Amino acid sequence: MVCLWGLKFILKYRHSRYHIWRTVVLMICQLFLAFLIPEILEGLNQEQAYFAKDLKFFWPLNYYFFEDWHLNAMAEGGSMGMFYLVWGIALFLLVTPILTYFLGKRWYCSWVCGCGGLAETAGDPFRHLSDKRLSAWKLERWLIHGVLVYIFVVTAVVLYGYFSNQSQIFGIDIYTWFRKPYGFLIGAAFSGVIGVGFYPLLGSRVWCRFGCPLAAYMGIFQRFKSRFRITTNGGQCISCGNCSTYCEQGIDVRWYAQRGQNIVRSSCVGCGVCSSVCPRGVLKLENGPEQDRINDKPILIGRDDVRLL
Amino acid sequence: MKFEHTKPYEDWFWEKNRIDLCFDHVENIQFENKLIRLRSGQSKTYDKLVLATGSVPNRYDWPGQEANGVISLYGLQDLELLEKYSSTTKRAVIVGGGLIGIELAEMLRTRNIEVTYLVREPYFWANILPTEEGEMISKHMQQDHHIDLQLNSELKQIFSDSNGRVEAVGTTKGERIPCELVGITVGVRPNVEFLKNSDLEIERGILVNEFLETNIPDVFSCGDCVQHRNPQAGRKAVEQVWYTGRMMGECLGETIAGISTPYIPGVWFNSAKFFDIEYQTYGEVPAKLPNDMSDFYWQHPEKKASLHFVFQKESEVFSGINSFGIRLRHAVLEQWIKEQKTIEYVLTHFRDAWFEPEFHKNYSHEIIAAFNQKIGSNLKVETKSWKRILSHIKSATYGH
Ligand SMILES: Cc1cc2nc3c(=O)[nH]c(=O)nc-3n(C[C@H](O)[C@H](O)[C@H](O)COP(=O)(O)OP(=O)(O)OC[C@H]3O[C@@H](n4cnc5c(N)ncnc54)[C@H](O)[C@@H]3O)c2cc1C
Ligand code: SF4
Ligand code: SF4
Repeated sequence: MVCLWGLKFILKYRHSRYHIWRTVVLMICQLFLAFLIPEILEGLNQEQAYFAKDLKFFWPLNYYFFEDWHLNAMAEGGSMGMFYLVWGIALFLLVTPILTYFLGKRWYCSWVCGCGGLAETAGDPFRHLSDKRLSAWKLERWLIHGVLVYIFVVTAVVLYGYFSNQSQIFGIDIYTWFRKPYGFLIGAAFSGVIGVGFYPLLGSRVWCRFGCPLAAYMGIFQRFKSRFRITTNGGQCISCGNCSTYCEQGIDVRWYAQRGQNIVRSSCVGCGVCSSVCPRGVLKLENGPEQDRINDKPILIGRDDVRLL
Repeated sequence: MKFEHTKPYEDWFWEKNRIDLCFDHVENIQFENKLIRLRSGQSKTYDKLVLATGSVPNRYDWPGQEANGVISLYGLQDLELLEKYSSTTKRAVIVGGGLIGIELAEMLRTRNIEVTYLVREPYFWANILPTEEGEMISKHMQQDHHIDLQLNSELKQIFSDSNGRVEAVGTTKGERIPCELVGITVGVRPNVEFLKNSDLEIERGILVNEFLETNIPDVFSCGDCVQHRNPQAGRKAVEQVWYTGRMMGECLGETIAGISTPYIPGVWFNSAKFFDIEYQTYGEVPAKLPNDMSDFYWQHPEKKASLHFVFQKESEVFSGINSFGIRLRHAVLEQWIKEQKTIEYVLTHFRDAWFEPEFHKNYSHEIIAAFNQKIGSNLKVETKSWKRILSHIKSATYGH
């Protein structure tokens, strides 16, 4: 599906090599990391225990990674299970922070992720429906970080249960009160039903923006420790609003651009569409030195009188 | 994109920042009593007054110009008229080869309306663009967007049918072109008519000094409606572009807030978009090259992309650049011009100025090869340096 819509997306954005490349990579990841390679690995190893074999689907997006049945399945899965266990943990602890430092979270959200891929391709016609209000941003920060904290707590409890071999914590049943509600509320209702089913109402990236704990985790790096930024080109912005309109993450890009400030926001998935739709060449997604990445004083270039000190 | 999306701030912004938005027309101003009379009958008083009335589109008394279906393009009301007439329009004629005309042409083409474009000059926007670029844009309009571009042609009169709706235009070449819509985009002039019978000194625009003060105490002015008493060397007294308007606004904001700030525009820059081709310009690129200046023009063999470098003949100091279809870094260009870098420096360090999206091809090598071939030099492209870029941004922002 991502592949079909992806071709349509490429056709629409054929003038931008950034979009062509990232969509091709997206399709390849979907095809190979999610299906073909796991199938081949599976073919080589005949153990049948079920566990998540999508090579790019890891905790905390994959919320059941650390659940007992999944850990057991991996443990029983022999060398392949072991590989998936180590790979899953390394992705979270090492690969994600390092890549996010060098590239921003876009390496995953816009180049690799399946949910993101679906939003970018099938969801593209709905991207302008994202809510741009300041109140939506406030809600976003509470919700997405709330989900992140939630999955940490749930996972901590589940691991406690796994290692202590108990089904209760402080007398509360772990399955009923922790695993089940998360799986239902977040895993199914939020990411599935609201996230995809509501494209035509809420825009294409509702889950990525308001719910995805992996996005929240990477967002924290992107905001505080990363080389990624969207550079604003001096004083060239004409406040037309194209960028904000088509930002699927509801970022008011113009707010920054018309002040000459770079855009460094935890929620930006680096889709690059704001840059493509800008009629004045104001925005450039790039990785550069951390120094001066965030310039929160207005710096409109073009005047020779006073300068801001 | 809808009207909502063009609003720069959410609706609560104004009240929160104690700005009282009042939708009304100013009929006249009694400066001696500091009193403003509004069309609704209300009046307002002020301590300090900023006149930022913008401009109005020019019309040159063509016979028949009052017909229904003759429009200009300036504000929301014009857009509403355009929307109203375009559903019953098969062919439109646009008069005036500049920025607003081409935007109107683009809008009409999105509704599949045939467009005939009358341009007085031998190519598009000839008073600003050098021949090479003007011809590239003219070609882009004709070949890629099917505009019937009529060069060296002027409007003579407008004919209307019995309902008062436009039915054709007559040109100075004696042609009669049937159409249902006429777009007049022959420039704008300061919107100062309603202020003329007062003590306010007005010539073409409202006269201001470098602090944007008018001749009347506590009355300031900025933007399109302004005429500078003492424009800076090389600048015009009336500069009706977005960027100068914004910069005047910034200065005036500071002055009124108590930090007296003169308006001193820096290195000239501007930008536009002609259908699919983005345009940026920095510094001085005259349409006709004076004798003491030299230029170097590079155009991509297939793509709609070009760069026009202009420099002093003797000293080889870089004076400006036109860029079509290639995004350049404002701060870097500004500092190069200010620091009087030579054309060789500019070409060898051009990667610092490159602002195209990632993965887009960087033509620095092709450009420098073409230059080497032209003058027989042996210049080489330097690698991009973040250190230099950041230092340019720093000086562009905070001064030296
Ligand atoms: C189609 C078009 C394309 C353009 N493209 C470019 C471009 O590519 N690059 C560029 O640099 N510039 C461009 N410009 C020019 C740029 O938009 C103007 O220079 C700029 O908007 C001027 O700003 P301003 O605040 O001085 O005036 P305006 O933006 O015109 O604001 C004036 C305001 O005053 C109000 N007003 C006027 N009279 C009264 C009254 N009596 N009572 C109450 N209110 C009143 C008007 O309603 C209006 O809201 C373009 C202009 C147009 C129309
Ligand atoms: S800010 Fe730009 S790159 Fe980031 S998510 Fe929004 S549109 Fe995409
Ligand atoms: S699209 Fe470009 S010019 Fe328009 S508001 Fe955004 S940054 Fe400014």
